[in-house]
Amino acid sequence: MTRKVPINVRVNGTKYERMVEPRRLLSDFLREDLGLTGTHMGCEHGVCGACTILLDGDSIRSCLCLAIQADNAELTTVEGLGDIEALNPLQQKFREHHALQCGFCTSGMLMTVTDMLSKNTSLTDEEIREGLSGNLCRCTGYQHIVDAVRDAAKQAGDVSS
Amino acid sequence: MDINTRPKIIGARVQRREDPRLLTGNGAFVDDRQVPGMLHLAFRRSDFGHAKILKIDTEEAASMPGIIGIYTAETLNEITKPVIAFSNMKDYQATPIRALAQDVVRYVGEPVVVVVAENRYLAEDALNEIFIDYEPLENVVDPEYAASGDAVLVHEDLKSNILVAREFERGEVDEAMSSAAIRVKGRFRSRRKTAVAMETRSYLAEFEKSSQSLTLHSSTQIPGIIRDALVDILDIPGHRLRVVAPDVGGGFGGKASLYPEEIVVTALSKLLKRSVKWTSDRMEDLMSTSQAFDEIIDAELGLDSEGNLLALSADVLGDVGAYSIYPWTAALEPIQVVSFMPGPYRLANYRGKVRGVATNKPPTGPYRGVGRPASTFVMERLMDMAAGKLGMDPAELRLKNFVVGDEFPYRIGSGIVWDKSEFSECLNKATEKLDYETLREKQRIARSQGRLMGIGIASYAELTGIGSRISAAPGMPINTGTETARIRVDSSGSVIAYFGVASHGQSLETTLAQVVAEEMGVKVEDVEVVLGDSAVMAHSTGTYASRSAVLAGGAGTLAARAVREKIVEAASLLFEVPAEEIDVYDGLIHVSGTNRKMDLRELARAVYSEMGRFTKEVRENLDLEATKLYDPYFGTTTSASHIAVVDIDPETFKVKIEQYVVSEDCGRMINPLVVDGQVHGGVAQGIGAALYEEVIHDENGQVVTASLVDYLVPSSCEVPTIDVLHADTRSPSTIGGFRGMGEGGTIGAPAAIANAVADALAPFGIEINEIPISPERLYRLIEKARNSEKD
Ligand code: FES
Ligand code: FES
Repeated sequence: MTRKVPINVRVNGTKYERMVEPRRLLSDFLREDLGLTGTHMGCEHGVCGACTILLDGDSIRSCLCLAIQADNAELTTVEGLGDIEALNPLQQKFREHHALQCGFCTSGMLMTVTDMLSKNTSLTDEEIREGLSGNLCRCTGYQHIVDAVRDAAKQAGDVSS
Repeated sequence: MDINTRPKIIGARVQRREDPRLLTGNGAFVDDRQVPGMLHLAFRRSDFGHAKILKIDTEEAASMPGIIGIYTAETLNEITKPVIAFSNMKDYQATPIRALAQDVVRYVGEPVVVVVAENRYLAEDALNEIFIDYEPLENVVDPEYAASGDAVLVHEDLKSNILVAREFERGEVDEAMSSAAIRVKGRFRSRRKTAVAMETRSYLAEFEKSSQSLTLHSSTQIPGIIRDALVDILDIPGHRLRVVAPDVGGGFGGKASLYPEEIVVTALSKLLKRSVKWTSDRMEDLMSTSQAFDEIIDAELGLDSEGNLLALSADVLGDVGAYSIYPWTAALEPIQVVSFMPGPYRLANYRGKVRGVATNKPPTGPYRGVGRPASTFVMERLMDMAAGKLGMDPAELRLKNFVVGDEFPYRIGSGIVWDKSEFSECLNKATEKLDYETLREKQRIARSQGRLMGIGIASYAELTGIGSRISAAPGMPINTGTETARIRVDSSGSVIAYFGVASHGQSLETTLAQVVAEEMGVKVEDVEVVLGDSAVMAHSTGTYASRSAVLAGGAGTLAARAVREKIVEAASLLFEVPAEEIDVYDGLIHVSGTNRKMDLRELARAVYSEMGRFTKEVRENLDLEATKLYDPYFGTTTSASHIAVVDIDPETFKVKIEQYVVSEDCGRMINPLVVDGQVHGGVAQGIGAALYEEVIHDENGQVVTASLVDYLVPSSCEVPTIDVLHADTRSPSTIGGFRGMGEGGTIGAPAAIANAVADALAPFGIEINEIPISPERLYRLIEKARNSEKD
């Protein structure tokens, strides 16, 4: 068996200390070792964006990252946003606008948008589409997602101004 | 409240109950499920398109760490029966499918060896140490060659590579065609596509020691069909095998067939008495999930000088891949192409000819739209070519030929019957929305400035919610025409509605709850909906072919009405008033015109729990549940017109969709939010089919498009804003007036976009006969036109 190395991460505010194989993908670590299965895998190639999470505040693709690379990092996954009984404002907008169907791409979408809106809330539709273009959705045709993001951006902008 | 002014639940934009769990990472997709001690699989797949397996050496691999076992056809096919997709079509040739390739491999990606290991990493490590000797056979890649009789047989023991063939004629096609003032024809090519659900296929068979039974959690659209098939294949009693489709990350037809990996997972779980999981990676998905839309179509349309359609002939050669898929058979896609070719038009003379030919490529199967994206592409191209020759506007030509008013129900040349649907109204609404006249004017100006702007229309009709009269796949002996719903008010007063259908993005938990709530007179949030579990229904198939709103909605309506009657009956006894005076609304049971009322919990308690409320005789006949089956028998018609406005960049040949309108008649809408979402998603896939998506195999049958970098799925930048208009006319043929609408977007879009591109290039005299219209194809067409201009 391959040797394991220790890593320390903070995920959604909780500290974890685990032993992992150096080759273990961060996405597998999150899903299988920590049981945070909200992060999904759609391609394992960095193309679809389903596995997007935040690492120290920036969105990354957890399928392109090894668990050991996240040592000492602060991670946020979809489980770190709102709660099932208290959706956060972005999740709420996704629901209102019917921005998800099967929901498989949704976690990655939410994380990408969370990152996007943390940097800028005055976005044109074109900028929103550009920002979403690394996240594939096969169900929605994106229109309701764009609507949800526009609305969420407006709300976030209104709140902060 | 007055019955007539009560807010309706059916037709309301109800927010989805699926959302909170999916938005917070609490969904339950198959791969999310972890069972202590479960084993993992990895498949060694064929590297050859066509080859004999001479020898498989697994010795090295078997001794690697964490490896539990390695299986080949020799060991696994012993314990699994071959799968045969039967059909009662004349001259159909079935091809047995085995869990693992036996003796011969027939496409690159076919599973040959399976490794069982403690985890997926270790299983994949072992794959590299498996050695297989092959003797290459001729690769049959080109469908025309495959059909020619010169090619080797993809299946040695069959008579030919043609698995299915059919011909029919209505009217006098040759005569009508030769009398036609205008004739247009072409050879059309629709290239191979695949569904690419964002969740890849995933199966987990959980072995339950105490009962020695299996639960297969499968990312499938058809849990009922899978259960019934596996019972036979594994020879296991049905009560020991349950198939559950939990949250499923999109299907689009790609998860509507039985797959070898599904058999392997279940067989190994049974054999090893352990829980076993396999999840496809994307490369495997692009090589082994069913593919579709792969046809060569020669077609001709004849019209009189006024533009009335006279005759149509179509000859379809469908490349169905290496196997006739279970349960749909190889007939599914190609037969639908000829069957739907005449479209929504009045047309007396039609001859259709079709062959489905086996090649060394992955099997084809259902994919959103099945056959109709290709038939609509061809027919609508012919309509535009004819309009060009006639010097008539394409919208006008369509309006002139649509079936209208008293002509419904209308039988088209292939025998399909359209029930009343708003063909003309849909197109008129779409042209109004775009201000069509002005748009044409804008186009004239754009053209004079050298811009390549095009406007394309596509009109189509489809059969949805098909009942038992015809099979969802031609000649297939499985009943796809009924669905059952069971609704129960339990002793706590909860309403639980069980359905056999499954949901993978269609929002059925929400929309079926709406139907049940309205029909029963309870609140939508009080209805629990249970789906996708073979254990809760005696029989079911699943969700495919735009059927669930119609069939499950219909069954739900019937069952809800029956339970409501029982509620009324019990209440009338309890209140001691005639049944006519009882009203059920918003979860409360009232005596009309009084303030006497009770809620469902009180009623349920009285019925089930409280002694002495009813006499023995009454009690023995009083429960609060009902099971109802619904069979729409023929099904119903759904129709739409799409209009695309495109601009082509003369430098990069990139097609930009500037505007897109869908005007559709899906009958009575259950939830307009959901309907719009389905249309958007369908159009996005149609855009993929029109411009980007193509599974490419080289001459050796090797897959060139094995990642999402090479197989291009439209992103948010390629899909425009889509305007969706609804006719919302109740279907005359279904309970509730619903029509199915999950596939339509994908049916109309390739044709509308192809017509728009052809329209943009009309100054060059270019016809678009092949999809996807990739920049490279466009470049070649334009270069050719430019060169021939020079000559
Ligand atoms: S799974 Fe990471 S980008 Fe697709
Ligand atoms: S909602 Fe299904 S992939 Fe986006």
